[in-house]
Amino acid sequence: MMSVQSESSAEPLIRVDRLCKIYSLESGVNGTVNSQVLYDVSLSINRGEFVAIMGHSGSGKSTLMNLLGCLDTPTSGHYWLAGRDVASLSEEELASVRNHNLGFVFQGFNLLKRMTALDNVATPLLYAGVSRAESRQRAQELLQQTGLGKFSEYQPNQLSGGQQQRVAISRALVNNPQLILADEPTGNLDTQTSGEIMGVFERLNREKGITIVLVTHEDDIAAYASRLVRLKDGRVIHDSKVDS
Amino acid sequence: MLGMIIGVAAVVLMLSIGQGAQATVNQAIASMGSNLFIVLPGATSSGAMRQTSGSVQTLTIGDAQAVAGLPSIKAVAPIITGTAQLNFGANNWSTVVTGVTTDYFRVRNWSTEDGEVFTDTDFRSAARVVVLGQVTAKNLFGDEDPTGKTIRIKKSPFIVTGVLSAKGQSLDGRDQDDSVFIPLTTGQRQIFGSQFPGTIRFMMVQGKSPEGMEEAESEINQLLRQRHRLAEGVDSDFTVRNMAALAAVATGAAKVMSLMLGAIASVSLLVGGIGIMNIMLVSVTERTREIGIRMAIGANRRAILTQFLLEALVICILGGLAGVALGIGGAWAVSRAADMVVVITLGMVGLAFFFASAVGIFFGFYPAKKAASLRPVEALRYE
Repeated sequence: MMSVQSESSAEPLIRVDRLCKIYSLESGVNGTVNSQVLYDVSLSINRGEFVAIMGHSGSGKSTLMNLLGCLDTPTSGHYWLAGRDVASLSEEELASVRNHNLGFVFQGFNLLKRMTALDNVATPLLYAGVSRAESRQRAQELLQQTGLGKFSEYQPNQLSGGQQQRVAISRALVNNPQLILADEPTGNLDTQTSGEIMGVFERLNREKGITIVLVTHEDDIAAYASRLVRLKDGRVIHDSKVDS
Repeated sequence: MLGMIIGVAAVVLMLSIGQGAQATVNQAIASMGSNLFIVLPGATSSGAMRQTSGSVQTLTIGDAQAVAGLPSIKAVAPIITGTAQLNFGANNWSTVVTGVTTDYFRVRNWSTEDGEVFTDTDFRSAARVVVLGQVTAKNLFGDEDPTGKTIRIKKSPFIVTGVLSAKGQSLDGRDQDDSVFIPLTTGQRQIFGSQFPGTIRFMMVQGKSPEGMEEAESEINQLLRQRHRLAEGVDSDFTVRNMAALAAVATGAAKVMSLMLGAIASVSLLVGGIGIMNIMLVSVTERTREIGIRMAIGANRRAILTQFLLEALVICILGGLAGVALGIGGAWAVSRAADMVVVITLGMVGLAFFFASAVGIFFGFYPAKKAASLRPVEALRYE
């Protein structure tokens, strides 16, 4: 499939321009009710940045995250991912972008229940058309790196929350993405495990140069990031570098 | 899954019963002999009185010989019958004694299992010889070899020349193997005292070819009317029955039954298919989140569609296999319990299996399509 890796590095990895998102809800009495969640959000994120997006619930941070992750399409505005206008891509092409360029880490881990940790990590490679043997080998390597080598044949419900999140991170990394999107990755974890997981993200960012965009509402989690973006009522109200 | 199993099992079972019925009928027809007419004396009416055929004896050996001379006729077997008591040692058995010519065995395509049938010489000399059917032989002799032994028919001694091979039931359900055959001449002179010497009970006529049956029938009618000196407009005093036509009716009936059973079975297969669709729809709803996750990590719509279609197909194929096994088991049980002939062919099993897969794809498609058309965000948000 097409890759956007070859674009010039002067171009920011993510550039969104006046992004709007309006949800239309069918309502029995009033017909259609429109509710606008994002108002003209413009944002630029360079390669290698570690960005935390903060905001109260309803601030639109999850919606922004879905748009950045190509899980949803904006109502208006533009989104360039590594120089490529992804707002205009078909569902088929978006699936390919998600597969090759992005890695997701969710609050609820979102592992596939009836599969082993190894198969969970290998699945994105299978969708990318990599052979089964090769996928499993690569998945095993990644599990080894995150310290889960001997848990590869365990099913998600046999693993602790921290372990499950490590499996999810391994899965996000398996296709060598430029960007990892983490939606409250520590929301279901205790403080100590949260610290460990954030350590993993920090290392990935520092050692491998992977761009990380993190959504959270906890200040101490956001403190791991090098840049902080605050959203309120669908608008960016704060954007600054942080010294960590 | 259960719906599929029952559907496929029903198809296999019904088809095997239908095929079995057809096979039974076909066998009965084949055992009768091919291209047969039966010419019965006495006909439909005599003056104002309507009588059943066979109630008077108007056919003679002369008629039979004349019919045998017709160009479209291959062979003729005049027949007389009666019931008599048979003895061998201490055993006795009452059965149908049939007086026939040697042609009879050719017309019926009936050979001996042991020994020989009697010869033309025996026929001409009205010898006291007899050929036994399987059932009669068993009843009189048990495990002993009957050939060459002497039995008594109505107290007269007869030498057994042979035992016929088994033929099974006739179309009207009589056991054809419970019978004995003696030369027609012997029967007329020594066993069945007839009021009218030279008359016969009926005759079997074999046509030369299946195509020439209608022509042969009209030839027989014409010849016999002429011989019996029947004027124009007078009812015939004999009846010609085309057994091929009868056979066609029986075969047709068996086919219709087989078709009907198949139709009933198809309905159950359809119901099974709808069951599969339901299961798959429930599965799509239950697994919306899984679909969302798969989409988030890069599955495109085609991959989701393929996954769900494959799952439906796997259910159908597993169900189909179990159904085929159950159907074959059921057919076997039916054949044991009801003493019915069932026929299971590979084609039939293949057909049931093919339809199971087709149903799986057909009814799996809608749920799969539904799963594939979900939007990633919505699928992920689903609880």
